[in-house]
Amino acid sequence: MSLLTCQELFLGYDSNIIVKNLNFSVNSGDYLCIVGENGSGKSTLMKTLLGLQNPIRGTVSTGDGLKKNEIGYLPQQTIVQRDFPASVKEIVLSGCQGHCGLRPFYRKEEKAMAEENMKKMGILEFSNRCYRELSGGQQQRVLLARALCATRKLLLLDEPVSGLDPMVTASMYELIYGLNKEGITIIMISHDLMAAVKYATHILHIGDHVFYGTKEEYQKSEHGKMFLAQESGGQEKADSKRSKGGKHHHE
Amino acid sequence: MNEIFEKLGLYFQHSFVLNALIVGVLIALCSSLLGVTLVLKRFSFIGDGLSHVAFGALAIASVLHFSNKMMLVLPITVLCAILLLRTGQNTKIKGDAAIAMISVGALAFGYLIMNLFPTSSNISGDVCSTLFGSTSILTLSSFEVALCIILSIVVVILFLLFYHKIFAVTFDETFANATGTNANRYNLLIAVIIAVIIVLAMNLVGSLLISALVIFPALSAMRILKSFRSVTIFSAVFSVFCAFLGILISILAETPVGSTIVAIDVVAFAVCALIGSFGTAAK
Repeated sequence: MSLLTCQELFLGYDSNIIVKNLNFSVNSGDYLCIVGENGSGKSTLMKTLLGLQNPIRGTVSTGDGLKKNEIGYLPQQTIVQRDFPASVKEIVLSGCQGHCGLRPFYRKEEKAMAEENMKKMGILEFSNRCYRELSGGQQQRVLLARALCATRKLLLLDEPVSGLDPMVTASMYELIYGLNKEGITIIMISHDLMAAVKYATHILHIGDHVFYGTKEEYQKSEHGKMFLAQESGGQEKADSKRSKGGKHHHE
Repeated sequence: MNEIFEKLGLYFQHSFVLNALIVGVLIALCSSLLGVTLVLKRFSFIGDGLSHVAFGALAIASVLHFSNKMMLVLPITVLCAILLLRTGQNTKIKGDAAIAMISVGALAFGYLIMNLFPTSSNISGDVCSTLFGSTSILTLSSFEVALCIILSIVVVILFLLFYHKIFAVTFDETFANATGTNANRYNLLIAVIIAVIIVLAMNLVGSLLISALVIFPALSAMRILKSFRSVTIFSAVFSVFCAFLGILISILAETPVGSTIVAIDVVAFAVCALIGSFGTAAK
């Protein structure tokens, strides 16, 4: 049985349908990348999977004993968080909140879990530092550690590398890949098609034309080929522009 | 120096001065606790808006000759707090505009009602004391003092019990919702507590100056400290200290209580901001 199944899903706001008839399922251990242009409904889909928004039609069902409070989530950063006075430890620990119910304080095991996740993300040394003083990459690690406190099964990531520089982006991808290898199922929204093809096991491309399948199928499909060519073409263009610019600079 | 203590000793023989001090310190403590959350959630103005609502409600209560005005003011303010936090999310009128609308409207209607149905010959005196709380803290009935103490204790206990949840909801509402914490429920709790604090604080500083009690301690603490827990504790201590000092000074110098406390809050904030900027410069 699969962890998460979407059947005949219609998404959108009010009567404005953005995504039509979406069918896919995620199995334990999968690494699913959701790609598509801006406004194609990626974030709406993510919100629906998290149960923050109701679909217009269709169902999202969980299986394999996955409960609603066992989904970890790495949201995009909000403005509020940029000047929030909170230590790394406090934030990571707040990931355990979903398990608390009405219990007012954290248990010892939860504190231990927070510590273990901080260690895993390499942020234990910052645990008493203030969140707003950390770099973008470090902040993402804090939020990832918090998400890990909420789940041992399924992580939903909303553009985890936006705004990070290339080095940090690469190490973030490796970190997520490592978590997937440990058996945590990953669903990630990404703009970065190349990285998606590199790490993911499955691709969901939404837009005018919907594709769902393994990454190998995607690379072979007409649709996938076209987008991948566009993407790598775009990258080459950008690279050549950059080197031209560089030359200019030298002259 | 001795003269000052003698004068204070003389004043403290009166129970109403002691009552004022107890009530003042408790209100300052309560209002500072949720200040951090309100400032961080960009709700600084909700205190201001609600206090104007409370002013309007007070006007209605006095026109209707309620023997105990709190009984009408408290429910109306709580209701408005819930409405305001609800509308903050996704409606046609956005949060800040909704607050401005309700607060100015309530202020206008309150004053209008007071003028149309005057209950005493000195309307402007009444209005002034509701807006700036000039003397009301010294004229508290024993019922009001008891109510204030009980409500303060309830607020503090609720805050301690839900501290971690309030933190989670303040820091990241979406995450909290996604991982199984019902953020709306805690937003509602925050709204109700705020409304209770506002109604209590009207006695101390009057309805125009309440926002100061809510936001200055939080802002001062955020200049210096870096974790949520330390910010919360510091702002509570800051607020109690300023209120205590303010009440003492107002007794000695015979200045209005509310504005003296707020003036001290402002000065203390400036000191904290200075310390904070030295702190970052040193790095």
